[in-house]
Amino acid sequence: MWLELDIHCQLQAAGQRFQLQAALRCQSSRVVLFGPSGAGKSLTLKAVAGLLRPDAGSIRMHGQPLFDATAGLHLSPQQRRIGYVFQDYALFPHLSVRQNVAFGLCRGWRNPARGCRIAAVEHWLQVFGIDQVGDLLPAQISGGQRQRTALARALVTRPQALLLDEPFAALDHALRTHLRRELESVLEETGIPLLLISHDPEDVMLFGQQVVHMADGRTQG
Amino acid sequence: MLDLDWSALWLSLKVAGCATAINLVLGIALGGLLARRRFPGRELLDTLLTLPMILPPTVLGYYLLVLIGSNGPLGAWLQRGFGINLVFTWQAAVIAAAVASLPLVFKPARAAFEGVDGQLEQAARTLGMSEPALFFRVTLPLAWRGILAGLLLAFARAMGEFGATIMVAGSIPGRTQTLSIAIYEAVQAGNDGRANLLVLVSSAVCIGVLLVAARLVGRSSGDARNVA
Repeated sequence: MWLELDIHCQLQAAGQRFQLQAALRCQSSRVVLFGPSGAGKSLTLKAVAGLLRPDAGSIRMHGQPLFDATAGLHLSPQQRRIGYVFQDYALFPHLSVRQNVAFGLCRGWRNPARGCRIAAVEHWLQVFGIDQVGDLLPAQISGGQRQRTALARALVTRPQALLLDEPFAALDHALRTHLRRELESVLEETGIPLLLISHDPEDVMLFGQQVVHMADGRTQG
Repeated sequence: MLDLDWSALWLSLKVAGCATAINLVLGIALGGLLARRRFPGRELLDTLLTLPMILPPTVLGYYLLVLIGSNGPLGAWLQRGFGINLVFTWQAAVIAAAVASLPLVFKPARAAFEGVDGQLEQAARTLGMSEPALFFRVTLPLAWRGILAGLLLAFARAMGEFGATIMVAGSIPGRTQTLSIAIYEAVQAGNDGRANLLVLVSSAVCIGVLLVAARLVGRSSGDARNVA
């Protein structure tokens, strides 16, 4: 069991109240969180990454507590070492593809140099076939290349888990099939467990060794 | 005669430069604070800091005089603790110029910071970046253009500061008589030749600053497009 989660959270935005009540026991290394938009899937993912602090409950990863409301424990996202790919990728628009991928490897207050060559970065650029566009900005590359850049950026830091928020939603059908296979082989190689959000049945078919349904802020089953 | 004119220009540049340097730090800090932190009185603080732009300069000057004058809370403290008297010094002109031009820096800075997608900062956090590091590597570079434009306008505004400056710094030729005050004095004294010259110098400097501003802002946007 690489992820155990049982959280409760009440959110308020624009006068609307939303109750999140999620429980997950991730046994298999590929888990799909499946449900319509507005079901609370992204919020659940954010809580795992430490970007949202639940009101109550606990989250454990590989047996280590990440969040425990009763103990007052809430590890920062920086301490969790979890790879997170946002739905619209959240690539840094002022940095080249190569700098984006190198971002998490370079500490300090300065961004990696434009001409930097880091072995791990070059490796992932090649794995995803984006080494040719390494010096371009995110705005200058295709949607599929952006997706691969975001994946490479998350994987290069050797995260203890990978969280993907609707990773293929913005891509056309052929590219989606191709990228799913690419991701599948990368996961196979690295052994990094995956939690993926989707409302696409095809994602469930390929990655859904375990599927958790979610609706109206609640996980089911 | 000519020496005196250059000293007024030099003094104006020095005062505006110092005021802009102060506002670089203060404006970015305040802009970031107002954009990213929610605290009670946030909009009130924004309004109070905007006042120097709206208030008559003499009112602003009077407030400053009350604050830094030898009987004022800050002035008395400086006098007692350090033997510093700010009134009628060029440093007082810097304070007046800084306060008067601060809104031109922190307002655009706040808007620029609010324009930065919060998700990019979250992405940086999941990649292990500390808060100061992500500020300097993500937030600031993305907000920089808006801040730079504000800084240059603030510099021009500080160059032209008159009302508050004359109240706290006076008009001591060669020491606190800035370009805009020297022009006023020249006109008062009926010295048209001198006034004409100073007005031309002042206009040229302002046009120069605006041209540099347009160039810098234009170039940085060009950079973002054509790095490849």
